[in-house]
Amino acid sequence: MTEPAGKLAPEVPAEFMVKAENVHKSFGRVEVLKGIDLQVRPGEVMCIVGPSGSGKSTFLRCINHLEKINGGRLWVNGKLIGYREKNGRLYELKDREVAAQRREIGMVFQRFNLFPHMTALENVMEAPLRVKRRSRAEARAQAESLLEQVGLGGKTGNYPSQLSGGQQQRVAIARALAMEPALMLFDEPTSALDPELVGEVLGVMQQLAADGMTMVVVTHEMGFAREVGDSLVFMDGGVVVEEGAPAEVLADPQHPRTREFFSKVL
Amino acid sequence: MTSQQEPAERARPETIKAVPVRHPGRWVLAAVLLVLAAQFVHMLVTNPAFQWSYIVDNAFRPPVIEGVRTSLLLTVLAMVIGVVLGVVLAVMRLSDNPILRGVAWLYTWFFRAVPRLVLAILFGNMGILYARFSFGLPFTEQFADLLGVDLNGTLFSVDARTLLTGFMAGLLALALSEAAYMAEIVRAGILSVDPGQTEAAAALGMSKLQITRRIVLPQAMRVILPPTGNETIAMLKDTSLVAYVPVTNELFFQLQAIGNREFQTFPMLVAACLWYLALTSVLLVGQYFLERRFSRGAGPSGQAKLRLRIMKGDH
Repeated sequence: MTEPAGKLAPEVPAEFMVKAENVHKSFGRVEVLKGIDLQVRPGEVMCIVGPSGSGKSTFLRCINHLEKINGGRLWVNGKLIGYREKNGRLYELKDREVAAQRREIGMVFQRFNLFPHMTALENVMEAPLRVKRRSRAEARAQAESLLEQVGLGGKTGNYPSQLSGGQQQRVAIARALAMEPALMLFDEPTSALDPELVGEVLGVMQQLAADGMTMVVVTHEMGFAREVGDSLVFMDGGVVVEEGAPAEVLADPQHPRTREFFSKVL
Repeated sequence: MTSQQEPAERARPETIKAVPVRHPGRWVLAAVLLVLAAQFVHMLVTNPAFQWSYIVDNAFRPPVIEGVRTSLLLTVLAMVIGVVLGVVLAVMRLSDNPILRGVAWLYTWFFRAVPRLVLAILFGNMGILYARFSFGLPFTEQFADLLGVDLNGTLFSVDARTLLTGFMAGLLALALSEAAYMAEIVRAGILSVDPGQTEAAAALGMSKLQITRRIVLPQAMRVILPPTGNETIAMLKDTSLVAYVPVTNELFFQLQAIGNREFQTFPMLVAACLWYLALTSVLLVGQYFLERRFSRGAGPSGQAKLRLRIMKGDH
């Protein structure tokens, strides 16, 4: 195909940035996702909460094909993730095509996963340089402005080991943004941080949401979910138990399992 | 009510000046070792078998210097080929492709199983197996015989002895065997890198090759380098094996030849020890600088911090 990425004829109307249809995922015999149906609209911030082992991180990793789903369908920006459907059959995408799909999806990890042998600036420049084949000057200018945006304009030359957890996670957000993604995935971005550093990362995420970024956030920060989230999803045992506007779900959970969970974390 | 202390009111206690723990054992040990060392040096100087003047006169003769050159050249070339091939084999071994995995396993199995000395002699005698090396379509002769037609699929061919000189045979034996060991070292290095690194790079849309080259291998280097220094030193010493190919212009053979010819075997053995000591020391310096280069960003005590301090000027 000669069309540039992002301009493919959509297989479903791109009214949803993410559309999951009956998504199943098993690791060996253990079924982790038992039929997830979710939609995220462009510009929406969806927070996913739930007890550990509920499958919320696995679902997030399925969205950018870090995990291969065993059943159902997942679309991002109108494109089927990981497969091509032709005459009623699914064909696995090649590594190169999967990589192309991932360029539109930024991801931030619980443990930051910055490249330790590169400075903050080099971390942010790497993907635009190698994947988008930007010029060094262009990539550098962009990386500097992104680091400025996350409040780390003075730390560009530091290696990750010289940064605090909160600073590292902000570099990781800048690194993901450098690919100019249409969707950002956050996998418990503040869970590995010291309590006093959580705020600075949530602040950057809040700003990002205000700028209109579509975000799916797996988190335990109920305050963030309430104030920044447009929708709240409660997952347990591999299914979506409850879904709705954060204020309503948090104030008046309908399902007993949701009530039980909130009674423990709130 | 919580008690509050005014920091200014409390006098700063004087710095502790305590009598340090004494270590008399260390002094005894040092004294014993000093006596032993003195005895050793005395033996070196007074024992006539060392023939120091003979060593000095003969350890730098042109054939010996030529031998040093050959041994160093063999070491460098064998290590370069060994490292490059070893990286390729390690990546193959860890790939999703079962055929590549199998080939890499088979290679490592064979070249680790056969001793280097045997390999060196084997490669030296390759001429028995092939008088000529030919490149062309496979099995054309057999097909021609089968069909009863004249068919020549050979594109070009060379005499085995022009291609596989003694030096080439020795180099191949050392390099191919080294690749098998390096493959395992590199594999260990790659496995030591946090899988989260690969995931983060993949999530950015980087290709597998880019992830390996830009993200995984540079981090694996920290684990790979120290044993590779070991391998280089071992390789320098193993170059003495190529005398059996035979490649006679290597260091040890030349020193021994002089010793045997002039009935001064022992002094020339001492000269060999000294030469290998000196060359290994040079290699160690190289290793130090390489390790420093690849420890960038490693831990708060890493080199990066030192460099920063130098940049700031409070060094």
